[in-house]
Parts: sequence; C-alpha cells; structure tokens
Amino acid sequence: MQTNLHSSGNPSQDMDDYTSGSDSDYTKYWIDWFLGTKGNEYFCEVDEEYILDRFNLTGLNTEVQYYSQALDLITDNLDENLDDEMRDIVEKSARHLYGLIHARFIITTHGLTKMLEKFKKCDFGRCPRVLCHNHPLLPVALSDVPYSKSVKLFCCRCEDIYNPKSSRHASIDGAYFGCSFPHMLFQVYPQLVPPKSTDRYVPRIFGFKLHDVAKQQRYQDMIREESHARIMAGIEGLPTTAAQGSSSGQQNNKNRAADGVAVATESGAMADVN
Amino acid sequence: MSAFDHQQQQQQLMRPDNVEEEEDEEDEEEEEDEQIQGEYNEEYYGSDVSNESGPETMPWIAWFCSLGGHQYFAEVADEFVEDDFNLTGLNSIVPFYKEALDMILDLEPEEDSTKVPDVSIVEASAEQLYGLIHQRFIVTRQGLQQMADKYQAGHFGSCPRTFCQSTNVVPCGRYDLPGVETVKLYCPNCQDIYSPPSSRYHNLDGAYFGTTFAHMLFHIYPELVPIIPNKIYAPAIYGFKISEYSRCGPRMQWLRNKQDPKSLDASGKLIKDSDDDEK
Repeated sequence: MQTNLHSSGNPSQDMDDYTSGSDSDYTKYWIDWFLGTKGNEYFCEVDEEYILDRFNLTGLNTEVQYYSQALDLITDNLDENLDDEMRDIVEKSARHLYGLIHARFIITTHGLTKMLEKFKKCDFGRCPRVLCHNHPLLPVALSDVPYSKSVKLFCCRCEDIYNPKSSRHASIDGAYFGCSFPHMLFQVYPQLVPPKSTDRYVPRIFGFKLHDVAKQQRYQDMIREESHARIMAGIEGLPTTAAQGSSSGQQNNKNRAADGVAVATESGAMADVN
Repeated sequence: MSAFDHQQQQQQLMRPDNVEEEEDEEDEEEEEDEQIQGEYNEEYYGSDVSNESGPETMPWIAWFCSLGGHQYFAEVADEFVEDDFNLTGLNSIVPFYKEALDMILDLEPEEDSTKVPDVSIVEASAEQLYGLIHQRFIVTRQGLQQMADKYQAGHFGSCPRTFCQSTNVVPCGRYDLPGVETVKLYCPNCQDIYSPPSSRYHNLDGAYFGTTFAHMLFHIYPELVPIIPNKIYAPAIYGFKISEYSRCGPRMQWLRNKQDPKSLDASGKLIKDSDDDEK
C-alpha cells in the first residue's frame, strides 16, 4: 500500500458518478471508486501487488490505448495536469485495462478466494431456473477476446449459462472475467459443486403429459444413464484415480469422480477412452 | 393466502443483504407502479362514491388488467364471466364470492350486504376470483387468441437462458389451486420454467394462469414455437473441455439435449440409430 498520496487524483465528474458518496475515504483510490460505481458489482478488488508486477500485465500494452497513463490512473499515480478530454480517454482505457487485469487475477489463488467470497454472498445473482432453487451464479465469458461478447452467468447446478437480469450488468464485457474462471473455481474448490438432481419440469395439459415432450424426456433419460455408466466405467479404468484412491484410502466412492490430476482432458481423449 | 405469505417470508429470510442493489432498482419500478396504482385507486374509489354509470369510468376488468404488475393478464370477456357454467365450483374456493363477482361485473352491491366487513377484503376476493376465471378463460378459443397476440407482442418477457436467444416466454403455474406458488415463465424452446425477473410478479399467483395454458397455446398455435439451433454449454478451461471423469466435470448435459420429436420413436430412441444397428 504505497500509493495513497494522491487523494485528489480523481476528476470532479468521477465524484458525480460515485453513487453512495457519503464516505470520502473511498475516493482516495481509483480501484475503490471503480468498485463502488453502480454496475460494477461483479468485479472484485485486484491486489495492488498483482498490478504492480509487470509480468502479470504482459501483452496488455498492445490491447489498451494510453496504456501507461491508464495504469498510472489505476494505481493513483496519474499526473494531475491533464486536460479534461484527455482525462476522459484515459479513464475509459483504465476501466478496460482494469477489466483485462481482473480476468487474469481472478484465476490466481488469491483471486479465486476473493471471488469465492462474492459467490457465497450471491453477488452475481441467483439462477432463474425454478428447479435450481435460487442457486448462486458465477460470471463467465463466451469469448476471451475483448469487445466480442458480454458477460453471462453460469449456474453450477444446471450447468447452463444465463443472461444477467439488469441491463447494466448485461453490457459488461465478458473478457473481463474470461471463459475459464468458474470452472477453475470448481477445480480448486470441488466441494462447492452441488449434488446434481434429475428433477425437471414436466409439461401437462389437464394433467396429461404431452407425447412429444415425453418422448424427448425419455431420450434425455437414456443419454443421462449412458453417460453415467460411461463415467463410472471410466473412473475405474483411470490409473490416476486408482493411485489416489489407494493413497488416500477414501476415494472409493464412485459417485465422486476423480479430481485434480486428470482434469482437463480434451474431448478427443475422452472419445479414446470410449 | 397464509401459505403464500409463509413462502414469501421464507424467500425474504433466504435473501442475503447484498442483493440490495438489485432491489433498489426494482424498488424504483415498484414505486412507479404504486403511483400508477394510486391514481387508479383514486379514480376507482371516486367513481364508487359518486356515479357508477359515468362514461369516463373504466370497467373493473379493464382497470384491473391495466394495473402495474398485471401485464400478464388478458381481459376476460364479460359474456364468459356472466355464464354461470364457466364459474362452476369457484364459489367454494373464493370467500365473498357473490360480492366479488358483482365487483368484477361492475354491478351495484345489494343493499343488505352489510355482513361484508371491509371493501378491501372484497377486493382481494375479486382479484382471486378474476384470476381463477382467467385460468379457465385463457384455455378457450377466444382467450388463447388474446394470449397469442400478447405473446407475439412480447408482453411476458424473454427466456434468460443465453442459448435460447431471447425466445419469448409465457406465464404458467405449477399448481391449479390458488395460494400454493407464484407465477413462473415457460420457455417453449428449452421447455423449462423460470422465475420472472422483476419482483413485481413475485406475488402473482401461478394458479391464475394454470398448468395447462402454456402447453395448450403451443399446441393450438404450433407456429409460435421458435426454431433455434440446439446448443449445449460445454465448460472449458483455457479452451480445453473439462473431462467427464473430473469430479466437477459436466453431469447435466442431458438436460438441454433436444431432439426433433419426429426423429425419436415412442421409447425415446433415435430412429436413425436403430436403422444403423440393423445394418
């Protein structure tokens, strides 16, 4: 925490944007101001040490205009003698840069713990699907390239993605969170994965099931049973799991698939096992 | 309504503090609603006290459907309400049935109805009665037509699921009896149900739409079902798909696996597959 000197570093229009503006301490730091702004609730605070380590920012100078000024603004070191127009441009770049750093930071150990706290507080909202019973969501992207797709919300109960409710959140760039983040979180904290349920909505007319829908649901049941059998058979065949099972001695529960080691196999490798 | 209240209380208890921001937003909406409602209420009570037969007074049904948070309702035709056959059995569900029915039909209350303690109770009954008549009306030809128009106009919102590409949804209930659960939204593309995004619908009873309506609508108007390519979300880290054998690997992909019903036989097997087996 070395840069708390420039307390008046923010332009006046920032003060106007700042919504809950009772506590003037927040405006000391650009990051605190940014996180306090309405619509930025999904972001967590990136550690200052992480930003100051240039290695973590490799390649971002080509992504962001006025990179060095933007970085100065984020770390509250920006020269105060800039004219307003320039300041606006730098401000915009700083938000973009912060977002891109954020995407990298949240898949580090420390970033994951910070996002985990937000997940537990349901800062990202709850799943709109009725049968998920308000399960908390996590932000996810469909593309890591900036300016391509907006942020989506991943529900680990139904394993599907949803659009944010509020238009303010729906306009956030997905690249500020990245495609990998929620899945990385569950790799590191597998105990957070909820038990999957086979509940589903059954459409009925005057109490009678619909033939076409029932047919599809039978097909889905078949797929589910097939994949379950495949996974059970596959887990027994995996050497890594066997080794883990014997070492820890409690990994015999077949419902708990192998964690960690055999994680990111490509789909091709999966086909080979079959 | 006690079950209802209890449910809401539970929901409130389960809600953590940090959703305040979203609530703020919704509060704004609700404030607007209340303002609108207030105006209408004044108008309504005003007309109640002075003249019932003024041409500027809105009929009760039209007024009710124009209230904030009642955008999902269709206007039930007067003839439908007036036909006693359509109301069979409702008198045993709704308290102050007769008074409530009079209110819905804009009839003068009878002089000897002194046993009614309060107008607000009759209003609540009228809302419930209207909702239950509505449940029956929207599965008739005329009601379906009205709701199909509302569906195409997007009055019910769109599916929150990303791969449904903002398909329009229809209101539906999971129970036909009032006071069990609030209204849900059915998406014809993913054939699943979702909670309405705005909290103004979180106290609207699902029974006012019923279990049948949504499916009857798409049965009668199959052209309303959208044609959207079936897509299943595949979780990946750094571009590598997560293995099925991982403890946190994909387990729910069956849920969104959709096939054209014509390509499936009655037991749910792919017809093409069985052909291949024979060869």
